[in-house]
Amino acid sequence: MANAAATVAGMRDVPAAIRIMRWFIRHPPAVTFLLVVILCIVVGTINPGFWQVSNLFDMARSTVVRGLFALGVLVVLASGGLDVSFTAIAALVMYVITMLVTNYAPDLSIWPILGIAAASGAILGICNGLLVHALQAPSLIVTIGTQYAIRGFLLTFIGTALFMNIPESMDAFGKLALLRYEGANGAVATLPAYFLVLVVAASVTWYILNRTLIGRALYAVGGNAGIASRLGYNLRTVHVFVFAYAGLLAGIAGIMHVSSNRLANPFDLAGSELDVIAAVILGGARITGGSGTVLGTLLGVLLITLVNNVLILVGIPSTLQLAIIGLFILAAGAMFSIRPKS
Amino acid sequence: MKSVFADRQFNFLVATNVLVVALAVVFAGDTFLSLYNFQSMSAQVPELALLALGVMLAMIAGNGGIDLSGIALANLAGVGSYLLMRDWVSVDEVPLAFSWLFALIALLIGLAGGMLNGALIAFAGLTPIIATLGTQLFFTGLAVAFTNGSAITLGYIEPLDNFGNTPVLGLPMCFTLFVAIAVLIGVVLRYTPFGFKLYLMGSNAKAARYAGIPQRRILLLTYTVCGVLASVAGIIIAARTSSVKWDYGSSYVLIAILIVVMAGVRPDGGYGRTVCVVLSATALQMLSSLFNFLDISNFFRDCAWGLLLIVFLATSRVDLRAFISPRR
Repeated sequence: MANAAATVAGMRDVPAAIRIMRWFIRHPPAVTFLLVVILCIVVGTINPGFWQVSNLFDMARSTVVRGLFALGVLVVLASGGLDVSFTAIAALVMYVITMLVTNYAPDLSIWPILGIAAASGAILGICNGLLVHALQAPSLIVTIGTQYAIRGFLLTFIGTALFMNIPESMDAFGKLALLRYEGANGAVATLPAYFLVLVVAASVTWYILNRTLIGRALYAVGGNAGIASRLGYNLRTVHVFVFAYAGLLAGIAGIMHVSSNRLANPFDLAGSELDVIAAVILGGARITGGSGTVLGTLLGVLLITLVNNVLILVGIPSTLQLAIIGLFILAAGAMFSIRPKS
Repeated sequence: MKSVFADRQFNFLVATNVLVVALAVVFAGDTFLSLYNFQSMSAQVPELALLALGVMLAMIAGNGGIDLSGIALANLAGVGSYLLMRDWVSVDEVPLAFSWLFALIALLIGLAGGMLNGALIAFAGLTPIIATLGTQLFFTGLAVAFTNGSAITLGYIEPLDNFGNTPVLGLPMCFTLFVAIAVLIGVVLRYTPFGFKLYLMGSNAKAARYAGIPQRRILLLTYTVCGVLASVAGIIIAARTSSVKWDYGSSYVLIAILIVVMAGVRPDGGYGRTVCVVLSATALQMLSSLFNFLDISNFFRDCAWGLLLIVFLATSRVDLRAFISPRR
């Protein structure tokens, strides 16, 4: 008892600043949240235009595709893997489906399109998962391979031309407004309805991670694959599931991308993998697996979107954007690597 | 080492090289065998092979080691060095001094970048993937910021251009330099305490720690060497193309990894031979040139590299010994 009392007293002796720091290190999403708040306040003070509803809506709009990708990466990362092929999957799915629908079933409504996109994304993801499991190689290396194979296939065999006349239903879906706001000067800002897709995807991902057996299984595998398999978790099921889920979200994200941009460009999306991975890492998911939350990931996405959007508002040249995101990844990685193992 | 032919991977790669040349002769005819073609291929090999050697070193070190920042650092070294030098030394008056100083500063940038990687991994405790992913963005970002996103033409700088393009005794100088570096790395890995420790660390990190091997120092050193190799690649790129830009070789990350995996380096660490990486790089370069001869699109090439990577990962999983040598 005396000992315990002493430790408690010892804890109290620790200066408040250090205790707060420790708390933040244990709760990475809080750090991300803090960064988001600070960034908003600083940018809002320098340039009040930041708080305009149209700007906020614009940012919400641009979080959708990145957010869908990030949720997929989160699930893969939580299970101890890493996926970089999702942008290639999204590009292939969006281009092929837009082309097929325009040519053969121009009247198809948005729901079957989304369903087909999700299914084809999931099938490509399953291939990823099976390969990662069968080859026993780091999933980063495997998915670098599939990324190039898929993108090369798209550009060689399917097409390189822009696709401007997208199906009516996708166009309408992209324009559908959830909220309309009329500014003082008469300019209308709209929050698109497809923002809800991200909300739904986030809820589903949260449910899978926290309320289902497969969610438990994938955190367990991410924490320690050897122990998890001895406990009876089927590693193959987990690998296939996480990559299939990431592929599914990538397929949906591809359709969202076409709907919001109103054109299908096979060269789009390439190169945004690192941004997305950065967002998930900033949200507190450890790259070694076994951790990560949906809320943290969404905050990470918000942070990256903010960095991408506000640099120009505060007068930092946009050419510095990449370097700053790189620094963010390094800072987040360094901070979470000193996180105590609880 | 019982005999030269005891290493399956080595035999396989030699066979692959021969096969690719044979295929090339069948499909592209005698032009493929011309001296000029071999010279231009050997001028293209070094930049990729040097990056691949860096990835190999990182992988041998184990602990999920990989270097994704190679080409970014190579570009940054070229861009940074040229921009620094441009205001200090006149290209027109002292081209030779300019070339040497350009190379020196590029090497220093590579050294600094490599040390940054090494420090992040060894001392800040980041996993190599995330550290080099972050520095990849960071280095690329710096190069973008310095150049405002556009390519910079160096113009004709005679000594530098000669280094990249003119053959001496039948071989381009940059290829000679590359061979020298490869031999050096091979010797260091094989015959020095550093190499021994590196392999031990990769094959069994725990045993290495209990054996008193200074892991942090070795990791730092390894990634620093990766950085220097990348900057040499950067100098060669600048010399060959007479320009520096931030997005040169965007698929080099994949190709470097492909070369290393094809060479039989184990991604979990502890095994990898320099000579195999060199052979694997030459095989890939000849295949790439063959694609050029056949007018195959770049997109298909990317597709083929991706598929090849997966195929080689698969073959390293399947033990072919049972089929190849009936003895034992």
